[in-house]
Amino acid sequence: MSQSYDRGTVESFGRWLEFKPGMWAWILHKLTGWILVGYLFTHIAVLSTATGVDPAAAAAGNDIYTTTLQSLEELLIVRFLEIGLLTVAVFHILNGIRLLFVDLGLGLDRQDVSFYVSLIMTALITLASLPTFLGGVL
Amino acid sequence: MSTEIQQETETTEEQSPEQIREEVAEDLSEKRREQIQEDLESAEKTVQLKVFRYDPEIEGKEEPRFDSFTVPFHRGMTVLDALIYARDRYDSSLTFRHSCRQAVCGSDALFINGQQRLGCKTQMGDLEHPVRIEPLPHQDVVKDLVVDMQHFYDQMHAVEPYFDPDELPDGELEEQHQTPENREKVKLSTRCIWCGACMSSCNIAAGDNEYLGPAAINKAYRFAMDEREGSDRKQERLRIIEQEHGVWRCQTQFSCTEVCPKDIPLTEHIQALKRESIKNNLKFW
Ligand code: HEM
Ligand code: SF4
Ligand code: FES
Repeated sequence: MSQSYDRGTVESFGRWLEFKPGMWAWILHKLTGWILVGYLFTHIAVLSTATGVDPAAAAAGNDIYTTTLQSLEELLIVRFLEIGLLTVAVFHILNGIRLLFVDLGLGLDRQDVSFYVSLIMTALITLASLPTFLGGVL
Repeated sequence: MSTEIQQETETTEEQSPEQIREEVAEDLSEKRREQIQEDLESAEKTVQLKVFRYDPEIEGKEEPRFDSFTVPFHRGMTVLDALIYARDRYDSSLTFRHSCRQAVCGSDALFINGQQRLGCKTQMGDLEHPVRIEPLPHQDVVKDLVVDMQHFYDQMHAVEPYFDPDELPDGELEEQHQTPENREKVKLSTRCIWCGACMSSCNIAAGDNEYLGPAAINKAYRFAMDEREGSDRKQERLRIIEQEHGVWRCQTQFSCTEVCPKDIPLTEHIQALKRESIKNNLKFW
């Protein structure tokens, strides 16, 4: 008679080292997708504290929106978070395009290569963005 | 069984092959021991297997564990050959399925060094040592390396895996001709040997017991794409694969395609059926 029991090493998450590219692509896509959703809500929450128009203040360049953003940009952590957000968004978009091709049945035998290409392009775009973000240009 | 147990029972890891030989051979007859000794000495190289053992019906063996076997290596030796040696020389109760030894019967899909592979199609020389051999994951273990395949077969039968044309040709001896292009389209999908490796590798199948799984969907593809069956039968086939636990469960992780020993592009076939199903249901009115 067959038995069910905890297969331990056979079925544990400890096996992530054995994951193939397609699995990594899937995990990273879900993760980045949900980070983007999380960011979207945070983004709305933060910015909604900085609304309301005061024409005089706006003309002087110290309305609530501008001051809020400026004070955020002064924090180094925010600049790093922005880099992270860009990385996450770029990977999600590039791999999203890869997945659209997968859905169309194009290049399925090269799906691992296209995943690596997404990763490399994400890294390059992130690197290229560093001067802008770390310089804190508004 | 848990990760801890594996570590506990893997005490043999640091032992020399000689020690293991002695230990495993302890309750073997003198003759058998000499034979093994002779084999190992005359072999140019020896290899070590770590084999999952479990027998719910024998006292003292209900706890899953790993046994080590040192086996004489020869060029061209497959994992199945090594297992057969271990069974014939060390422990005749070591249980695993095999039949054809040439990747056509689909009996010996195993979890070898962390991947679903056919024992008879995997060269010992290509693997890292010691070679760890386990039963297919996500299936109940009956004994040692033997898993219960019933669920897999049920899913295969659920897609009605037989040729069933709308109309038969007129004459009794008339053949059912297929165009070369159409044959080409279904060619790879006909290769399936029902080994279950793909189903075992699939994360979705692991989490959703009702999911048809890659092999069954591939079977559905084989017949749904066969133009000889006709459009009525195709509609019925599409009904089966587009149900809740059908093609739409696939998340294109490509695990099945990676492990299929017959190199069937499973993900491609699943994606093709997804598009087929959409085309079939799209209406512009
Ligand atoms: C050009 C931009 C984008 C592209 C090309 C894209 C593409 C895709 C694709 C193709 C999928 C489906 C993956 C699959 O087949 O399983 C997906 C999933 C997802 N996307 Fe995007 N996406 C984009 C932007 C976004 C944004 C801005 C967000 C968040 C606000 C987002 C959140 C998600 C989430 C959460 C999922 C996963 C859903 C699930 O768990 O199944 N995506 N994306
Ligand atoms: S599709 Fe490939 S892996 Fe799956 S059962 Fe058939 S031969 Fe085995
Ligand atoms: S023994 Fe038949 S497939 Fe391996």
